[in-house]
Amino acid sequence: MPSLLQYALSGLSAGSLYAMVALGLVLIYRSTRVLNFAHADMATVGTFIAFSMIRSGVPFWLALSMAIVAGSAVAVVFYFAALVPAQRKGANHLGQVILTLGLALILQGLTVYQWGAEPDRFPFPLSDTAVFQVGPVFVSELSLGTLAAAATASLVLYLLTQKTRLGLAMRATSENLQAAQTLGIPTRGVLAFAWGVAAALAVVAGVFLAPVLLLDPFFMLDAMFKGLAAAVLGGLNSLPGAVLGGLLLGVAESLGGAYVSLEFKTSLAFILIVAVLLVRPEGLLGKEFQERV
Amino acid sequence: MDLVESYREELRFARKPLGRALLILLLVAAALLPWWGPRAWLTRASLVWLFAVGVIGQNLLIGYAGLISFGQAGFLAIGAYTFGHLRIIGVPFPLALAGAGGAAGLAGWLVGFPSLRLKGPYLAIATLGFGTATYQIFANVEWLSGGRAGLAIPPLQAPFGLLRDTWVYLVYYAIFLLFTGTAYNLISSYLGRAWVAVRDSDIAAESMGVSLARTKLLAFAISSFYTGVSGALMAQYLGHLEPQAFNISESMNFFVAVIVGGLASVEGSIFGAAFVVLVPALLGDLRWAVPVLFGSAILSVLILEPLGLAGLWLKTRLYFRLWPFR
Repeated sequence: MPSLLQYALSGLSAGSLYAMVALGLVLIYRSTRVLNFAHADMATVGTFIAFSMIRSGVPFWLALSMAIVAGSAVAVVFYFAALVPAQRKGANHLGQVILTLGLALILQGLTVYQWGAEPDRFPFPLSDTAVFQVGPVFVSELSLGTLAAAATASLVLYLLTQKTRLGLAMRATSENLQAAQTLGIPTRGVLAFAWGVAAALAVVAGVFLAPVLLLDPFFMLDAMFKGLAAAVLGGLNSLPGAVLGGLLLGVAESLGGAYVSLEFKTSLAFILIVAVLLVRPEGLLGKEFQERV
Repeated sequence: MDLVESYREELRFARKPLGRALLILLLVAAALLPWWGPRAWLTRASLVWLFAVGVIGQNLLIGYAGLISFGQAGFLAIGAYTFGHLRIIGVPFPLALAGAGGAAGLAGWLVGFPSLRLKGPYLAIATLGFGTATYQIFANVEWLSGGRAGLAIPPLQAPFGLLRDTWVYLVYYAIFLLFTGTAYNLISSYLGRAWVAVRDSDIAAESMGVSLARTKLLAFAISSFYTGVSGALMAQYLGHLEPQAFNISESMNFFVAVIVGGLASVEGSIFGAAFVVLVPALLGDLRWAVPVLFGSAILSVLILEPLGLAGLWLKTRLYFRLWPFR
């Protein structure tokens, strides 16, 4: 029983990272109907910037904020420089998704160019090995930090979308773009802001994931696919769904890895998702696919 | 004006004598490449042909049927390994190739079932899951992948005293022609029109009597058959199989080829295949520049020329049709 709890807890910690990635993806999907395949690479660029700054002696919190700013800037620039012109050209949803793939490839190449493909250790103030005992289970400083960061991020996002004027504008824009525009909401700006926030979430997830793995230009890919899966599991246009999906996926993966098969951990998670999708094609909390002819 | 007056005419590759002559010249020149081109071109051109088969398959799925798949590497791996095992137990090359296509096609048919209920991003994730699962299966099940040593595939024996390179090139070229011709015929058949109808509006297509289930499953099955054959050819080309050859970035290559070449265009798929094979070869040591170039190509295609290289080709042809008068 304690080991079950232990596995569930480590699953929750991984799941909270997935949840952060998923939140960003859902935020982008809700507002622009684009599945962002550049999410991992935006996060990787941000994480590498934090890495370089920490290496050159900048305090962690400053480096983290600069990384977040840089990641958001990449997303906003991409939105204005690529997505908007493509939409003017009449690119369909598939085309816009493919644009993000293009961005992913460019960022990937540039990251390899700038920082090299060799894995590095990421210097992090919280330790992976210092553990606390909570009842029957052990929890490391880093997992606690990750859980706290994810909880804070979700809370901030909740307050932003539900309690502020800007959040109201974001919800209105994602509900009905034309109506929002007619009512005087600067929709381009709002959408760009959503991209920026999503990238910020991804960078935070990247910075907290880097100390667990080694830092290399592809370290976020796996987490992004898990985040995508989590977002789909929860429903691509539901923010609470993203958190739920992320946590469920993390726990399912950890338990599956412990009790079924370690090698097929990732596959098990995906099989679970396909099974869920076959029963509920719009995800656990999502509402979509109501088409009118 | 250039009007198509009958269905027979619509089916022709080149309608005018000049076009037909140029096409035949091009095909013959390509077939004779081993006798006039440098040897370094041969292997590269073989690679283009084998990629083109897979890219055409992917384009049938994405471009014509409008179904997205990020699991191409999975079908590629299934084709490659089926082919490898069949060849090792001594099955002749054509049969092993058919077996590889068949196995991948069967897998595609099975993967197609979620596509009956899932759309767009949801389908993308489901196929991505398939790709990941296949990769993990091949990476972890030793009797399938041949363990750490990988799987060695017996080379093709060249008949008539030809050099092996030459023979491989000719075989690949013939297979490429066969599959390209089939693709052209498919897209101008009932099935091809059904795919386009489903892509543009599945509800309207269904109410016109197109069976969605049949159409979508066939799209997946045929596309994966193509991909499986491409994987088999790749296995033969590499001569040695490791699961690492079939990770997600391989799926990406196919994707880049389809987009840069042009969605819903068979010629475009060939251009796209040439692009993803030749650009890395041209860049040589600048490995980091390959994804940057691919990414920039995708961005500029979607922003400047949504029809891709096929669109450029069409525009050039239109320009020269009236040349020098404009």
